[in-house]
Amino acid sequence: MGAAMPDLQAAVDDFCTKLRRRQVEGSMDTAKFTALLLRQVISHQRIPPSAQASTLIDAVKSVGLRMIDANRLELAIGNVVRRVLHIIREEDASLETDGVTGINLITDSDDENDGYNIAQSGVSAAAVAAANRSALRAPSLHNLLEWIPSSGATTTVGPTITDPEVRSRSSDKNSRSWKLKHSVIEGVNELLNDIENYHSQVAEQALEHIHQNEVILTQGRSRTLLHFLLEARKKRSFQVFICEGAPRYDGHILAKELAEADLQTTVITDSAVFAMISRVNMVIVGAHAVMANGGVIGPVGLHMVALAARRHAVPFVVLTGLHKLCPLYPHNPHVLLNDMRSPSEILDFGDVSDCLDDTTGGPRLRAVNPAFDYVPPELISLFITDSGGHNPSYLYRLVAEYYSPEDFAL
Amino acid sequence: METRRGARMVIDPKVRQVGFVTPGSELGRPAAPEPPGAAAPVPVVANSPSPVIIPLLLIPDTSSLRTTPLPVPSPPSRRVVAAPPADDSMPLGSYNPSDAILGSSQGSSERTGNNDKHGSAPTDSLADMSLSNASTLAIRLEGLNVTNDGISNVLSTSTVRSAVAAAPTSVEHAFQTSSGQGIIGSVPAVSVDMAAAANPQADPRPMPLKDRTSKAERRAIQEAQRAAKAAAKGVGTDIAAIADGNVANEVKSSKPSSQKKGLSEKKPAVFSDKKPVVSSDKKPVVSSDKKSAEKASEKDKRKDIPAPRMQFDDEQRVAKAKRRSLIEQTEAKNRVELFRHLPQFLHGTQLPSLESKFFHEDPLHPHPSVFQVGLQYLTREIVGGNARCIAMLMAFRDMINDYSTPMEKTLVRDLTAKINSHVSFLITCRPISISMGNAIKFLKTRIASLPVTVSEFEAKHSLILEIDRFIQEKIVFADNEIVKHAVTKIRDGDVLLTHGSSCVVEMILVRAFELGKKFQVVVIDSRPRLEGKGLLRRLLGKGLHCTYTHINAASYAMQGVTRVFLGAASVLSNGTVYSRVGTACVAMVAHALGVPVMICCETYKFHERVQLDSICSNELGDPDALVEVHGRKDVYSLRGWADSKHLHVLNLMYDATPADYVSMIITELGMVPPTSVPVILREYRKVPYVM
Repeated sequence: MGAAMPDLQAAVDDFCTKLRRRQVEGSMDTAKFTALLLRQVISHQRIPPSAQASTLIDAVKSVGLRMIDANRLELAIGNVVRRVLHIIREEDASLETDGVTGINLITDSDDENDGYNIAQSGVSAAAVAAANRSALRAPSLHNLLEWIPSSGATTTVGPTITDPEVRSRSSDKNSRSWKLKHSVIEGVNELLNDIENYHSQVAEQALEHIHQNEVILTQGRSRTLLHFLLEARKKRSFQVFICEGAPRYDGHILAKELAEADLQTTVITDSAVFAMISRVNMVIVGAHAVMANGGVIGPVGLHMVALAARRHAVPFVVLTGLHKLCPLYPHNPHVLLNDMRSPSEILDFGDVSDCLDDTTGGPRLRAVNPAFDYVPPELISLFITDSGGHNPSYLYRLVAEYYSPEDFAL
Repeated sequence: METRRGARMVIDPKVRQVGFVTPGSELGRPAAPEPPGAAAPVPVVANSPSPVIIPLLLIPDTSSLRTTPLPVPSPPSRRVVAAPPADDSMPLGSYNPSDAILGSSQGSSERTGNNDKHGSAPTDSLADMSLSNASTLAIRLEGLNVTNDGISNVLSTSTVRSAVAAAPTSVEHAFQTSSGQGIIGSVPAVSVDMAAAANPQADPRPMPLKDRTSKAERRAIQEAQRAAKAAAKGVGTDIAAIADGNVANEVKSSKPSSQKKGLSEKKPAVFSDKKPVVSSDKKPVVSSDKKSAEKASEKDKRKDIPAPRMQFDDEQRVAKAKRRSLIEQTEAKNRVELFRHLPQFLHGTQLPSLESKFFHEDPLHPHPSVFQVGLQYLTREIVGGNARCIAMLMAFRDMINDYSTPMEKTLVRDLTAKINSHVSFLITCRPISISMGNAIKFLKTRIASLPVTVSEFEAKHSLILEIDRFIQEKIVFADNEIVKHAVTKIRDGDVLLTHGSSCVVEMILVRAFELGKKFQVVVIDSRPRLEGKGLLRRLLGKGLHCTYTHINAASYAMQGVTRVFLGAASVLSNGTVYSRVGTACVAMVAHALGVPVMICCETYKFHERVQLDSICSNELGDPDALVEVHGRKDVYSLRGWADSKHLHVLNLMYDATPADYVSMIITELGMVPPTSVPVILREYRKVPYVM
């Protein structure tokens, strides 16, 4: 462990530096790296016999915060950290309920009191989490039936974790600590798997949304989008208009890729979006992040496309993975969730340098080159995620399913 | 205002027909019951409360000009007669007693004014052509003035002012010469004569003409009634002023414009009218012309519907056009299916054939000036609606200057044909813009309305003057007016956003800056031309504070913006703003964020066409311009796109902004909502000068 930790620290530092330098960009890459690093953190973390979950949570949080700070705009990092925390809490809770069944008989008499005390003192986050879980579980019929007896048990979770007295058998403790770590790592692996393969799951739904001879407009380039369109191409032939997506111009790349797959592809300038949208059946775009209110942070220019689509009543479909779903509500997203890129992408200094030698005032020219655009939920028709299609208004529910409320603010 | 409008709607078409035929007399008649002397001094009163937004009328001038239309009523009607077939106008002319009174030369010259199309060529009274310029200006002025009174609308008088500015002294002069004689001479005679004159005219007619004459009769009665009514209304109050107002109201819509047309176009007749007798005696002719004029207006109306454009997916026509065209063009490969109907040629392929043809001595070869302008269009050296239009007009000016009528041909026909071939040459270089189309239309009507009697030198001279005046009034002065209006909309602390590079918007910004207003400018630019960079440089050079960004960031840049100023290539009659691509996006984003969008556009760019989308009519730019991004080595994916069967690149040049995104259109006639575009078109369409 002593040897392993410095390695881990170095890896985290390296990742943070890359994030700061924007060497790692894009929700998918950052999410993957974050998950990998967190898995390392968990596996390297020595878990004390007591308060195992909280130890893990603290460790993950501290590393996670560093990564989030490195680039606050890559919301996927925060999402993955929260997801991992959620996994830990879930696993812990399920272990507890397993363990508690035995203990329940003993502590049945005083659980009510204990639970009350603990909740009051608020020592353990895990306890609160466990208590909250009853409220957060998806209210399926199955849950409803199952939950009635265990509601008593959850309140006893607190005491079992925090009170060392309750855990009498050390062997059980060891096995439990191992079990927790193991199952958390399992969970993180699953998450990683999801992140890596979500686009194929999204793409599977392509045929349900694209019909023959459809005209689709898209902007920017994302892996999901490419897979989605290629999947649809296998069965249908249709036409794609692609905006260039200045200042990244990744529309060019996507156009090339699609044309190689024998899709009728037309590259248009970003300014021609409004002109072309009247002949488009559907707008399909990728997203950088999805906010809890159903709004989308996407490549710059997306808002314009969404407005044009709304104007012509063209469905605006966003392809996204669940790791892009951010439990935060956007506030002034145009400024606070935006990244200012180098002006040199849009304006050569040489173009205007001779106009700037003004001795009187400060700089008279600003060249703004934002990287992202915020699309409010009312402009979005549908989210297609790896867990199926969702309305923007439903996303809050997904947030509740995949994140623990105490992690919303890290 | 509204109720008045509604009430008038009913009689509107009738008034229009009447006005179209006898603009001058119509004006004169209601005023007639009053003593002619009284009419002259009063009109100032009637003039000043005109509902026009910009109260910059030159009052001393207008007071005098107010009545000037009176002496020149018949020529305009003559001008109208030019449209119908000869059999309609000829008998009238032959019958007309006034011509006889005038003496043969006078009468024939007038008639030729109408019939110039038919090629009669008697002697000419146009010898004073050279001195005419100033006075024609003045005469146009009158027409416009009337218009302003009549149109109870937002149209302003910039043209008038500009005209005044152009010829301030001659205005006075013209007035004195014409009005002094005219009023006294013509007015009383007219109204009295009217009915009587129409009847004898009808009697000797054979049966087929019965209908017409009776109509004329009825019309005459109507006119008389109306005049009486107007006079009755006038009683009790300030007679002259009210009568004047009535005239203006009745005349309201098309009348003034047609009068203007007549006045402006009928130069020779105007001069002959210096003898007051003529004009007074002419009246009956006018009234009997009505029938034919009705036909004419019908025809005109149909003509107003823009001719269908060339559809380039029509293979036969394309092949035909190709055979005719001077330049060899290669059709681009990999064309976007949706835009088959628009021409797209491989960029640069025209150049070699153009170069090789430059020294050819070919009768079909364009004039060097036109050739040069064509090349400049082709290489995109001249861009922008106004610049292209001015360049074209200047080239045509040179061409007309060097023009000499070939043997056995008439100037009117040959020159029109020549212009046509030059225009088609320019089209092969680059599809002409709507503004250019309007200017060409103007020039052609000018040529067509040239009296055949006029000598070649005179004709050329007058055409050149017309071109100069068009540029001055419709573009230069119009821009000044627009700047004046727009500047009032800029306040301290504003953040103004503009897209691309519009010369009018640039003038507005610079002017506001010179006025000491404190504001910032956001320049939004779009690929591939990046015209905004030029604007940015010029604004920075002037010392303005600027923010520069690309169109994708429009939503971001729009956050703090208080006003959006945009230029336009054209404003269509359904309010759609046809402008360089990206304008619609910017307007849409501004609309979504509640920022007012102001379109700055001269009225000569207005067009009757309607358009709902940007696809049916557009221009395709060179797709290769999209492949490379200046200063970005990492963008190369599209190279060789033409080799890939499935990859297309589309470089649209224009888009259509729906009217509801536009808060206001700033024209030289004032600031109007987009819904008023058809009004402006209606008021000014009759005058080929404007459209």
